[in-house]
Amino acid sequence: MNEILQGLMQAFWLVLSFDSELITISLRSLYVTLTALTISTLIAFPLAAFLVVTRFRFRQAIIATLNALMGLPPVVVGLIVYILFSRSGPLGVLGLLYTTSAMIIAQAIIITPLITSIAHQSMQGLWVDYRNLLISINVSKMQSLGTLMWDSKKALITACLAGFGRGIGEVGAIMIVGGNIDNATRVLTTAISLETSRGDFALALALGFVLISLAISVSFTTHWLGKTERGGLR
Amino acid sequence: MFPLRVTDVKVNIKRKRLIGPINLEIEQNGISILLGANGSGKTTLLEAIHGLKKLSSGKVEWTISHSLAAAEQAFVFQSPIMLRRTVAENLTFPLKVRGLSKSTATKEAIIWAKKIGLEEKIKQQAVLLSGGEMQAIAVARALITKPKMLFLDEPTASLDGATKKAIEDILISASSKGTKILMSTHDLGQAKRLAKDIIFLHNGIVEAHCYKEQFLTEPPSKAAKQFLAGDIVL
Repeated sequence: MNEILQGLMQAFWLVLSFDSELITISLRSLYVTLTALTISTLIAFPLAAFLVVTRFRFRQAIIATLNALMGLPPVVVGLIVYILFSRSGPLGVLGLLYTTSAMIIAQAIIITPLITSIAHQSMQGLWVDYRNLLISINVSKMQSLGTLMWDSKKALITACLAGFGRGIGEVGAIMIVGGNIDNATRVLTTAISLETSRGDFALALALGFVLISLAISVSFTTHWLGKTERGGLR
Repeated sequence: MFPLRVTDVKVNIKRKRLIGPINLEIEQNGISILLGANGSGKTTLLEAIHGLKKLSSGKVEWTISHSLAAAEQAFVFQSPIMLRRTVAENLTFPLKVRGLSKSTATKEAIIWAKKIGLEEKIKQQAVLLSGGEMQAIAVARALITKPKMLFLDEPTASLDGATKKAIEDILISASSKGTKILMSTHDLGQAKRLAKDIIFLHNGIVEAHCYKEQFLTEPPSKAAKQFLAGDIVL
């Protein structure tokens, strides 16, 4: 209990004193996760809408696979990305291992199935309502995809938040592909892991509280910007 | 585009016959009413002609290409399908899909909102309006593109008298301006008020297709006689 209080106080102190290392690590965390999130949404939203609107042979198998990949073990993803980008690996020539780029790729792989599945579920419901109308208005397939995504935007924001939450809290994969290198690839989660192994629980907790605050702040900002909770019973 | 010819059309679902074989020829002018008891196949026939239901056999022919014909049609469903957008955005949607500019589409939407008495609610979310208001929007949204053919599936089935009258007036006006209307109903009074010709459907088969006066004075089948007498048609 004492350590939790100490952690809280240290977290406040780190934030109030604008600790440069904390700010750098936090910004790097945000950079990695938000970039991965952007890449994932650019893949996930159109893919989800496409899976809703079109019918083809392996559609159900793809949906089932995406749903299964929602629980993709990050450590395994990290290992695969590590092998791909290691010096002797097929993409080793790119020299991305132990860079934020490799961390972004690993996170994007982890969160894309999650965002695709949530987006697919929400757009599927809307498609049941919209299908006949869109066909009767003679809307093209591309226009249907656009309409579905636009009218599902609140659910898609929620999918983004779920992806952000998974990404910002991820440690296994980015530890493997990023290496937790000081001033290069260290982010909040890997820093917490390091401080815990060092036995500095107060600092680890402080970083943890900063991480939680960051995640909550992004969620609040997104809800506020997206006005996702407008209108109630009264 | 006309005449519209329906030849030997059958629609089956899992080997169960829903309608057919149906042969019909529909002329260019006036309001054709598809009359029949509940379950007689009116909705299935409308959806089959419009392209929402896949034909098991037979063909629907227009004198112009299928793609051109599809662009000249609109459909109003029994339960109005509203986009999760404002009244104005619902009205402008088919115009924007056809590539009209936002300003032109908005001007048209305002004109139609006035016609249906919803100009003061133009910025409200359409799904929050009453059933009658939503159906009026659905009719306006269908007519805003000035289609050559409008299909309506019992559009006033659950509406009050005043709303029913307002929608019927809009349909009469559209018909007088050259839009061919094919509308299903089981409301004999409505058929008497609107029809130029009546297509009487019973157990998925067209039992009669003749001018309204002829249908009312000399019902051409036993089921038609029962229907006109207000008996239960089996």
